[in-house]
Amino acid sequence: MPDLTTLPRLLQRNARELGARPAMREKDRGIWQTWNWRQYHDQVRDLALGLASLGLRRGDRLSVIGDNRPRLYWAQVAAQSLGGISVPVYQDSIAKELAYVWNHAEVSVIVAEDQEQVDKVLALRDELPSLRLVVYDDPRGMTGYRHDWLKSFEDVQEAGRKFGVEHPGFFESEVEKGGPADVAVISYTSGTTGSPKGAMISHANAIGVAESFRQVSRLVPEDTSLAYLPMAWAGDSVYTLFAGLVAGFCANCPESPETVQRDLRELGPSTLLAPPRIWENMLTAVLVRAADATPLKRRTFEYFRSAAERAEILRTEGKPVPAGLRLATALGEFFVYGPVRDQLGLLRTKWALTGGAPLGPDTFRFFRSIGVNLKQVYGSTETTGLVSLQPDREANPSTAGRPVPGVEIKIGDRGEVLVKGCTVFKGYFRNEAATQEVIDPDGWFRTGDAGFIDPRGHLVIIDRAKDVGALTDGTPFAPQFIENKLKFSPYVREAVAFGNDKPFVAAMIAIDPDTVGNWAERRGIAYTSYMDLSQKAQVREMIRDEIRRGNETLPEGTRIRRFLLLTKDLEADDAEITRTRKVRRRYVADKYATVIDALYGGAAEAELSTSITYEDGRQATIQSRVSIEDVAEAAARV
Amino acid sequence: MSAQLEIAEVSKSFGGVQAVGRVSLEVRRGEILSVIGPNGAGKTTLLNMISGFYHPDSGRISLEGADVTRHAPNRLAELGIARTFQNIALFRGMTVLDNLMLGRHVRMKSGVLASFVYWGFAQREEVVHRRLVEDIIDFLRIQDLRRRPCGSLAYGLQKRVELGRALALDPKILLLDEPMGGCNHEEKEDMARFILDVNHEWGTTIILIEHDMGVVMDISDRVAVLDMGLKIAEGTPDQVRTNPQVIKAYLGDAKGTSNGGQNA
Repeated sequence: MPDLTTLPRLLQRNARELGARPAMREKDRGIWQTWNWRQYHDQVRDLALGLASLGLRRGDRLSVIGDNRPRLYWAQVAAQSLGGISVPVYQDSIAKELAYVWNHAEVSVIVAEDQEQVDKVLALRDELPSLRLVVYDDPRGMTGYRHDWLKSFEDVQEAGRKFGVEHPGFFESEVEKGGPADVAVISYTSGTTGSPKGAMISHANAIGVAESFRQVSRLVPEDTSLAYLPMAWAGDSVYTLFAGLVAGFCANCPESPETVQRDLRELGPSTLLAPPRIWENMLTAVLVRAADATPLKRRTFEYFRSAAERAEILRTEGKPVPAGLRLATALGEFFVYGPVRDQLGLLRTKWALTGGAPLGPDTFRFFRSIGVNLKQVYGSTETTGLVSLQPDREANPSTAGRPVPGVEIKIGDRGEVLVKGCTVFKGYFRNEAATQEVIDPDGWFRTGDAGFIDPRGHLVIIDRAKDVGALTDGTPFAPQFIENKLKFSPYVREAVAFGNDKPFVAAMIAIDPDTVGNWAERRGIAYTSYMDLSQKAQVREMIRDEIRRGNETLPEGTRIRRFLLLTKDLEADDAEITRTRKVRRRYVADKYATVIDALYGGAAEAELSTSITYEDGRQATIQSRVSIEDVAEAAARV
Repeated sequence: MSAQLEIAEVSKSFGGVQAVGRVSLEVRRGEILSVIGPNGAGKTTLLNMISGFYHPDSGRISLEGADVTRHAPNRLAELGIARTFQNIALFRGMTVLDNLMLGRHVRMKSGVLASFVYWGFAQREEVVHRRLVEDIIDFLRIQDLRRRPCGSLAYGLQKRVELGRALALDPKILLLDEPMGGCNHEEKEDMARFILDVNHEWGTTIILIEHDMGVVMDISDRVAVLDMGLKIAEGTPDQVRTNPQVIKAYLGDAKGTSNGGQNA
């Protein structure tokens, strides 16, 4: 039995045993190009040898920046083959954030997708003393760039082939030197507070998590996935890189971020991981197209949709589905569900996962009812992306599922979820103090999430533990729980709820410009900009109704009494939310202090001065007045 | 450097109005030359003469030493002069891909019959052309629009497809008539980047008519200024910027009788 304890060794095994099976695809010139495991291995080997010849040493950090590209994945494995560490970063980060991460990790090599990304590195070159080499994938627009530390991917591989001839067996012996405790990836958390922290993920973590994932989700080499989520996100590393190597399935890179939906349809992958936002967008697209269809088609769709949902509700409640309904859903599969799944690219999915944030129960039920095996997953960067997952027959919109094999869960102080097992990371890079804060001597990792274990044994997450507070009358207050109820409305893009040490709950809401804009157009309401749209009386009225609906599902004491609509969306560039769209609560509370005072001071209007950060880092301030709305009468009436 | 395109003393009148009067201009291989001037200065007329849509009343235009003054537009296209239009000229009902494939039409050799049978040579030829068109689609980052009808695209994107259609001809000289007209700031930046990339990557000579002075001064190697059909200045962006005649044409003379307006 060969030693399979590091990722490069798994790659060698796959090249040996899966050889000609597809490992990765990328759409180029509109056609899917395939690389098999043998080629994947050779590409990685040539690049690794090239990097070695250019001075990459064991323990050195290599960063990748760009959209999901096979070469950026290979570069990561190439670094790991040499005992190096990969540091994927978010390509939409602003310059300051990139400089921080690259300097903190003391990155010596950066592999960039194209000219756009190289330009970012170029602009920061003087601030990055440890950087020695930049490698680019796409040569377009690069002919004018002349630096001896800037090389094309092909050139490095060519140098690698030469180096390989001169040093036979070098690659294999370097792979041989690696061990399971070595760090494979440093994944920087987007961090809701302060600077990003680098979570060190070892080969043992990577393979442990991928092995658990493979077992519970029955991954086989015949499976296919779409690699479109940010490479810097731990979830993508686990799914595309680690699980791909462990299970030997084929990951497919879309042509561009804009073509994801079309590429998904063409591929029809057998597995899909998508955040709630994407599921909501897909549902909206289906409903819009159904509404635009001819009356006969529309009625057919509505009839079968409601039949499917009735059957789904019975199934989740464990009740028998009557024969008539079973017949209707069987016909529906032929007339509606199959074609709809086909349009969405979900025809062949054996399972689909949603995670990162809660998904609205209506959306969840819709996809399950039309035959998509949609399930919730829970994890974080520090747990290598995976803690718990719902088994096929126990999928539901409110829990995070059961812990995966090799992972233990318990509930600690203040309801905090603690995790122990193979997926718990090695610690924060160069931050021992922060590591000791989150991992106790017995190896329990503090997730920072508050939750409980329900009678079935499923984990349920309520909110971030540190955000859970209480109203002045002592009613417990979990802001994210309330915000999620609001965000289930298609018209609400972001919501921030206040209430800790306050007499009642109030909320700031950022509308979704697409859906609200569409809503306004259908009613003939003219508007000029996001700001204008958000302050229309009709829009405020419509959002008030949405809040009333959300309020009905909240306990009496924590219902939203007052709200206002923000004149701009919350933006990661303005540091209001993280790149993974989590509200940075303390920062927002400071920034909008005057608005919050107005919400609780009983004023009918608030002065809102919003500063906007452009992508190049410039800032601008916009002054506006927003009106504050009451929903108090709703709370009194219900 | 030798002149790739030589325009010598060309004039064009419409009825009694002289649109272009005895304008001479040498276009060097691989440069970006901008032609600027107030509205009605004769810029588009000059471009129309270069691309063969009009023939000059007098004067001579030569491409790489050969006289092309009286050539028809299709002949000039075959010789490698491609252009975009101020008012987008795409087939609105056809997809982006089909519009670009059409842009390669003059380079296709299969006859009607061979294309109809679509076997052997015609099919192989189609594959070759499709590959070139896909390179342009990738270059302009419009992969997601491949199958979209052009008429359904936003204005800035149509401008981009229009550039793609001209590029499909694989031109030696690219004539761009206000490629950024009506575009927003971001679309202008994208377009400027594409123009520079075309010039750098493929060495294509570019003659640009554009009103946005910031863009013109940023990306041009040389600038020629027309006013009332006459060339009043020519030189590097810096030389032109400080030329008193140019300032006068744009801002009016001291008496304040403006003849164009600076935003013309």
